Parts: sequence; C-alpha cells; structure tokens
Amino acid sequence: MADQPSGTGHPAGNAPAPNAPAPNAPAPKPTVRANGSSGKARYPAKYSALSLFTHGLRGRDWPRMWRRHEMRPSYDVVIIGAGVHGLATAYYLAANWGVTNVAVLDKGYLGGGGSGRNTAIVRANYLTPEGVRFYDRSVKLYENLAADLNFNVMYSQRGHLTLAHNDSSLRTMRWRAEVNKLEGVDSEVIGPDEIKELVPYMDTSENTRYPILGALYHPPGGIIRHDAVNWGYARGADIRGVHIHQETEVVGIDVEAGKVTGVQTSRGRIATPVVVNCTAGWASLISDMAGVKMPIITHPLQAAVTEPVKVFLNAVVVSGTLHVYVSQTDRGELVFGASTDPYASYSTRGSLEFTEELAGHILELMPSISKMRVLRQWAGLCDITPDFSPIMGVTPVEGFLADVGWGTYGFKAGPVAGESMAELIATGVTPELIASFDLARFAEGRLVGEKGAAAVGH
Amino acid sequence: MILVSCPWCGPRNSSEFRYVGESKGRPDPNAATPEEWRRYLYVKSNPADWATETWYHRAGCRRFFAVERHTVTNEIRETRRPAAQLRLEGGGS
Repeated sequence: MADQPSGTGHPAGNAPAPNAPAPNAPAPKPTVRANGSSGKARYPAKYSALSLFTHGLRGRDWPRMWRRHEMRPSYDVVIIGAGVHGLATAYYLAANWGVTNVAVLDKGYLGGGGSGRNTAIVRANYLTPEGVRFYDRSVKLYENLAADLNFNVMYSQRGHLTLAHNDSSLRTMRWRAEVNKLEGVDSEVIGPDEIKELVPYMDTSENTRYPILGALYHPPGGIIRHDAVNWGYARGADIRGVHIHQETEVVGIDVEAGKVTGVQTSRGRIATPVVVNCTAGWASLISDMAGVKMPIITHPLQAAVTEPVKVFLNAVVVSGTLHVYVSQTDRGELVFGASTDPYASYSTRGSLEFTEELAGHILELMPSISKMRVLRQWAGLCDITPDFSPIMGVTPVEGFLADVGWGTYGFKAGPVAGESMAELIATGVTPELIASFDLARFAEGRLVGEKGAAAVGH
Repeated sequence: MILVSCPWCGPRNSSEFRYVGESKGRPDPNAATPEEWRRYLYVKSNPADWATETWYHRAGCRRFFAVERHTVTNEIRETRRPAAQLRLEGGGS
C-alpha cells in the first residue's frame, strides 16, 4: 500500500475500487499510525476542557455534530448502514485515505440498529489466531479512539472474565489463553479464589448447581459507551466531507455486466462504482439486491438493563454454561445479555421467557442481587454465519463489498472493520488482517471456527 | 415466546421445540459437486417474509414437521406433517 501511484485515477489492485477519489481530494496516502490515530486532527478541538468552560459561560447551544445534505447524483463510494461499521468505514476512508466523496445511507436513524442495541463489551480473547489478531487491533483502536475522534467514548478497560463451570469449558479457556498469549494478548486462566477477589459478590462456593472451576481473565477487555462511538465517528466523517443520509432506504442495487453501477434509494438513484454493505440484520436482503447470496441466518438477541445502584461490579462477567453476561455501567445499571432467540426472526420484540431465564441464571452467579428490578429489555438482530466469523471483502459482483455476518460480536469489531474496509476500498487490495474472513471461504472449505469464543452458547 | 401447533400434539410453547431451519431439498450426496453441497449446507434464503421451515418437537412426540411462519411478525399460518414428496423433490428453496 505504500507504493500507491499518487494522483492517478484508478488505485492499483485486483479488487473493485472507486474509479477515482474526488478530483480535489488528496491522493491516497496511508497516514495511519501504529496506534490507529490518523495523525493530526484537521479540525479544531471542539470538546476541550477550555471550550466546555467558555461554552458554559456563554450559554450558547453547541453546533450540531453532523449536517444534513442534499443528495448528490453520484458518489465515489456508497456505504449502506450508518452504524458503527458504516460510519467507521467512512471515517477511515476520509481520514486515512483522503476519499471524501462518500455517502452513508441508513433507512432509520444513525446508530439505531445493532450499534445502539449491543451490550457494549469490547474484548480480544478469541479462539482462532485470525480472530485474536483482528479483535486485538480493534481493542488498540478503541484505546485511542477518544483522542482520535476528540469525543469521549468512555472506554473503561475493567477486565473481562469468562467463567468455566465444567472441565470441557476450562479446557477451552486454557486453549484460548494460550492462543491469546501467542498473539500478544493479555489473557490467563485464574481460579475461584482470584475470581472472588475481582468480583466479591460472585457465589464461588462449591455448593451451587454449576460450581465455578475457573475463568479466562482478560484484563484489556471492558465496556464502552456505544452511542458515543457512533456519534464520534459520524462527527469525524462529517467534518471531513462525508455525507450522512438518514431515513434513506436502499431499495435496489444496479448491477450491469457483473459490476455495480448505482444504488436505488427511497430518495432517488445514486450512481456509484462502489457499494459497501455494512448492514446488520438486513445484510442478506441487501446482498440479495446485488445478486450475492450470503450464508447468513438472522436471529434476534435480547438484552436487558436494571435500575442503577452503587457500583459493586468492577469486571465484565460472562458465563457460557449459564447463557448470561453482565456488566455494570458507569451510571450504575447492570446490563445483561444472553443467547440469541432459538429461531430465525426479524422481530425485535422482547419475551418474558428471556427475562425469566436471565433472572434465574444471573441469581445463580450473584444471589445477592435478587431484589434488583429490571427496567427495560430490547432486542437487536444478529446475522449468524456458519462459523461465527464475519464475512468481509470482495464478492463475485465487482464493486459490491461486504462487511456483514457480524453475529453477536459486531460492535467490538467496528473500528478495525472500518479501518480494514477503508484500506480495501482505497487500495483495492484486501488487507492481510481480514483476508481469512472472505466470502469464498464457505465454497472453498476454509471456515474460521469461532463458536468456542462466542460469549454464550447460541 | 410463540405458540407452535404440533400436527400430532396440538398447540405448545415454542420452548418445547427445536427450530431446525428452512426446509430445502438435499442434493444427492453421490452426485453433488462440493460447491453444490456447500451451498446446501451454508446458504439459506433468510427471508423477511413467509418462510417454510422444519421444526422438531423435542419435548413431545419427537417428530419433525413443516411450519409456515412469517419471520417479521412470528405469525404461524400453518403447520403440517411433512410430505414424503417434500424430501424426494426438494421442495422449498
């Protein structure tokens, strides 16, 4: 990528790419630093302590973080889905590669899908070397995101515990710990005594139905404010000239002779040589529009949150056997997640069955919270792939790129997915980091089995 | 929670059942190419619409049957015993 011809129209490479960055845009230049920061911010630091203070004195409203635009008849890149993946792709395209003639379309509002419905857990303790490398890059990007975007994303690396209640899961935890260490990711298996020290309210006695034998402890894991991540990326992309079009539904994708030529939307047609599918839930339906079949089944995943209480839980706790994960937000609410609903559906209705099972399971872990009340529950849509790994990169249709199949782990991959997809679009070369997540792996039998590292059984 | 009407046992909670997946014809294992076989294994139509599915009554009669369900509303309009034809001719998508 360093030997890109500068100032030429077509970026080199064998994969589809925008035919040219906007004429006035600078030539593609990899300005990304090792920590993921895109170098010097080209906009004033709007949210400094000083600006907060002076703004507070003046009492004026803050300017809007992103603008509304008229739709142009054509864009170099059209991204479908204004969630963390779509916005991060747009942001890194503009920030790292100078490609700014980009539109991000969403049929609803920004960050209203999986990006605003997840349980905001970030971790890199996966099972396969490919997965660990990939998610570790995401954790690194998240670590610097607040500074990079000049937006407080409230990333709290409080540690992540995956409990083992039987010998086989303890074995998987050891396996994961070894793969993690080999890839330079901080993970280790710890015993019940150490768990009790980290989470004093956990019932680590031997008299429970599923006694805790140990846990995979992953100190860099933690939680983040997911809305802030979406807003920060949207603001960063908007400042650099990206158009974000909300309430703009894609109803068709024009493909001529195996090449993308445009997108049909509820607000008219856009001509474009590159379409990136960054949707979740509707990923297979959008791909169908371009004539690309995706090996995806969509399941709802429910989550719930309790009333806020004083902070007592300083780690993210996951139990695959009990199908539950829990963390406490900075506001004091407990956020719960569990397994996906047991049948494919596009419905985002909550069910009593879910709350009932969740309550039962969480009380096995922490009996002392039995008086806490659940405030609300919701559901998001998860595109489950056969191997629990995403589908990223080129498709048989030239110019139609996929960033889909994110199942129950899409939010934590947002930054690295955006960075990698932006590199693919700008250079036309699939980055090494995502090469093993291509669509062709299913036909060629190269699955990246990641189910063993899914938070809970699905 | 949805109510699923087993053709043998009558209406029961969906938790009694196992959702097997979309009904689709299996290609002949001896004749299918690896590509056809992998498409059969992995690629589903995943519609946001009416779908014909196979469910299994695991906590009841332990038999498989066909369900017509709308995947957006979860409404079930028909459940029926599987037709032998369905397997031979590869019904569904």
